[in-house]
Amino acid sequence: MDALIAPLLNGSAQGALLLLAALGLSLTFGQMGVINMAHGEFLMIGAFTAYLVQQVIAYSDLSIPVALPVAFVVAGLFGLLLEVTVIQWMYRRPLDTLLVTVGVSLILQQAALQIFPSQGVPVEKPGWLDGQLNILGYEWPLRQLFTILLAAVCVAALAAWLKYTSFGRRIRATVHNRDLAETSGISTRTVDRLTFFAGSGLAGVAGVAASLIGGTNSQMGVQYIIAAFLVVAAGGIGQLKGTIVAAWTVGVALSYFAYWTTGSLAQVLAFILVIVFLQLRPQGLFTVRTRSLV
Amino acid sequence: MTKLKPWISLSGIGVFAVLLLAVAPLVLTDHWLNNLGKYCCWAIAAVGIGLAWGRGGMLVMGQGVFFALGAYSMAMHLTLETAGDRIPGFMVLYDPLAPLPVFWEPFRSAGFTLLAIVLLPVLLAGSLGYALFKRRVKGAYFAILTQALAVALATLISSTIRETGGDTGLSDFKYFFGFVLNDPANKHMVYLIAAALLIVCLLAVWQLYRSRFGELLVATRDAEERVRFLGYDPANVKLVAFVVSALMASIGGAMFVPIVGIITPAEIGAAASILMIAGVAFGGRASLFGPALGAIAVGWGQSSLGSTWPDGWTYILGLLFIVVILFLPNGLSSLSARFTAARPSPDRQPAPAIVAAELEEVRS
Amino acid sequence: MTDASLVVTDLHVEFSGFVAVGGVSFDAYPGEVRFLIGPNGAGKTTCIDAITGLTGATGSARLGEKELLGRPVHKIVRLGVGRTFQTASVFDELTVLQNLDIAAGRHRPSASLLRARRGTDASIEQTLEETGLAGELATPAGILSHGQKQWLEIAMLLVQDAKVLLLDEPVAGMSQDERTATGELLQRIAAKRIVLVVEHDMDFMRRFATRVTVLHQGRVLSQGTVAEVQADPKVQEVYLGTAGAPTTAAMSVVPEPAAGTQKWEED
Repeated sequence: MDALIAPLLNGSAQGALLLLAALGLSLTFGQMGVINMAHGEFLMIGAFTAYLVQQVIAYSDLSIPVALPVAFVVAGLFGLLLEVTVIQWMYRRPLDTLLVTVGVSLILQQAALQIFPSQGVPVEKPGWLDGQLNILGYEWPLRQLFTILLAAVCVAALAAWLKYTSFGRRIRATVHNRDLAETSGISTRTVDRLTFFAGSGLAGVAGVAASLIGGTNSQMGVQYIIAAFLVVAAGGIGQLKGTIVAAWTVGVALSYFAYWTTGSLAQVLAFILVIVFLQLRPQGLFTVRTRSLV
Repeated sequence: MTKLKPWISLSGIGVFAVLLLAVAPLVLTDHWLNNLGKYCCWAIAAVGIGLAWGRGGMLVMGQGVFFALGAYSMAMHLTLETAGDRIPGFMVLYDPLAPLPVFWEPFRSAGFTLLAIVLLPVLLAGSLGYALFKRRVKGAYFAILTQALAVALATLISSTIRETGGDTGLSDFKYFFGFVLNDPANKHMVYLIAAALLIVCLLAVWQLYRSRFGELLVATRDAEERVRFLGYDPANVKLVAFVVSALMASIGGAMFVPIVGIITPAEIGAAASILMIAGVAFGGRASLFGPALGAIAVGWGQSSLGSTWPDGWTYILGLLFIVVILFLPNGLSSLSARFTAARPSPDRQPAPAIVAAELEEVRS
Repeated sequence: MTDASLVVTDLHVEFSGFVAVGGVSFDAYPGEVRFLIGPNGAGKTTCIDAITGLTGATGSARLGEKELLGRPVHKIVRLGVGRTFQTASVFDELTVLQNLDIAAGRHRPSASLLRARRGTDASIEQTLEETGLAGELATPAGILSHGQKQWLEIAMLLVQDAKVLLLDEPVAGMSQDERTATGELLQRIAAKRIVLVVEHDMDFMRRFATRVTVLHQGRVLSQGTVAEVQADPKVQEVYLGTAGAPTTAAMSVVPEPAAGTQKWEED
């Protein structure tokens, strides 16, 4: 029973983490066609923020709940800075934003390597996440359940924000038809900045969750960015529903592959899975007919 | 566009050939000549990236994969040549009793190895490209998928220590197709082969760029749908460019092994693949000489600055990407082009993308 | 004659529930300049998209004996169906000659792709004369005037030896003189080829159309000569909102759709 349940539960948690990382990427990619390769580093910034908050509030039961909104704002501000300084000049060249942000990501990694110890920093888990939950005989760490709940809250918040607030409606209008939105009096510049802030902020939240599961170091962003992008591609651009399904599928698939084979072979298999999937549905799981990229 | 221009480029290749093959061996020390050989290997891969990305619009972010196919094919052959009848040393260290992995066996043959260096990248790029291009996977999707492949392959190699040497890679080659690698004369010869291959690759893309195929490739890059409405299948056009670029990366990788003497997953993973692109972006993605010269420049920066001031080098590399892509999308070659009227000015470069986007809009 | 005809029968196109084209039938023959007109969202462009394989459709579109629907885009082109787009789409970075050379290329063996171009094909020379682009041979297509770009597109269809030319608003944005020149060019071309024009410009339609099909909300509203169509009360109703007396003034100009709003008709 363990053999079936354990990878499913672990994979779901992994999928939730991927989803958190992919949410912001999907938002910025879907709206602006910007492929932010520094998104993984924003995740890293979120994780380091969790560590720094812990230096101020030593009591880890409290520091993690505090770190979540702080990481959102800090990573969001980094995203805003990136948008204002670099990306806003490149909306007509989406493929080139990919390379520019590769440069940004190199610089952020190097900076993190020099500011923090190279082996990484410890982020203490709060006591209330220490336990396990017994599910059909498998002792499931509560941290994983927490990741899933956090992802669910973020998805719900994002969906509500997009649906019920006026800013959200403006974002959706811009995604749907940028020119029309602009002629309807929506400042797409403001919308773009806000989207970038929110998208990057979500990476920061993902970073806090990641710091509770894996190590916090300068290379942690690299681990997530490719997988997160595959999730976005497979889910369909700008599609919340698709991103959720794809993240969960990739997470669980990776987990089962890793269980049956090895972790590295699992990555290769997951890659093949995505290629095959794109053969069947090149536009992703769910599609809206918007202008396609490049 | 004029009749004269191709011959100017051709004589440029001639000058480059003289510099690499005749002048460099005379003026450089053995150490720097070997380094130059290493840059030539990266330059060979870069020429291919220029073809696929600069002319074909396919941002190939995983050329490390094809570099690895060539490099590991060569490295397995040289390892077996060094080991003779015995099992390679690193395998014995790991597990003294196990036999040679099956896929190593054919690499004993020099002929098979050379064939593999050519055929493996052609087969992989061919099938991957066919699958992706036919389904019209392009732009950022294509870029990230190729990068994902590089990450996956590097992880796979890292974790298969007994089969591939893992993170420590394959090294300590004593022979190169019968020649003793320690001998400086043979080192010279290996350098000359790499430099000559770079010249051959430049000649190949020179011909491709001036051919009808080159024009068709640019047309496909700028307005893929329009090409389709002229009765061509753009997937095939892109496939040819992608396969040729993969082949070049493999050749570069194969020569990298005897020159540098070691191949590890770090030389082929995501970071290495991005480094290959850095040179191409720096030199000028769509120009003939830009990718090769840019790769040599970045290679030089990597081995001089990268070893004396590694932290600073990473910052420089990051800034290089930002500044070049932001302000000089056509690299340094566009600076020189500003003084010659033959090329369109770099400000016009973004225009085709807009046309393409509009076409897509008509489609959707 | 049937060998060289384009016959569209009961064409249906649906976009996730929305019927863009609901059972359209028409035909076109060499020797006539055939027009497809209608208000925004009538499904004109969608009809062309369906015939050229850009959108999936049911029904039938036959060129001579060959069914076009269901084939991939480039295969349909190889059967001799060529089209232009609302936004002139030529290869901006390439010269006029290079543009035409690529268009002419599908009749060459693929090995010739690897060689550089030497000289100019006879068909290209002739087309350059015909479209008045002979003086612009070495000009990058990106800096041509708007009208010249449209002509270059038509020239590309001619050198690729298309049997059917589907032209999506070929005179949009042209001056009056350019319109006349284009119309006369189309009449010359139509002698040997099938020419189907989608247009908003009623004045242009009246001057050069041989036969007209009026589409409205994805269906054929009326069909016939210019005079017949103009006299049709149903057409007047659609264009004027009332079945009032035919006023050529009101019919002469139907507003261009804005680029942004154009999309919904195809979505």
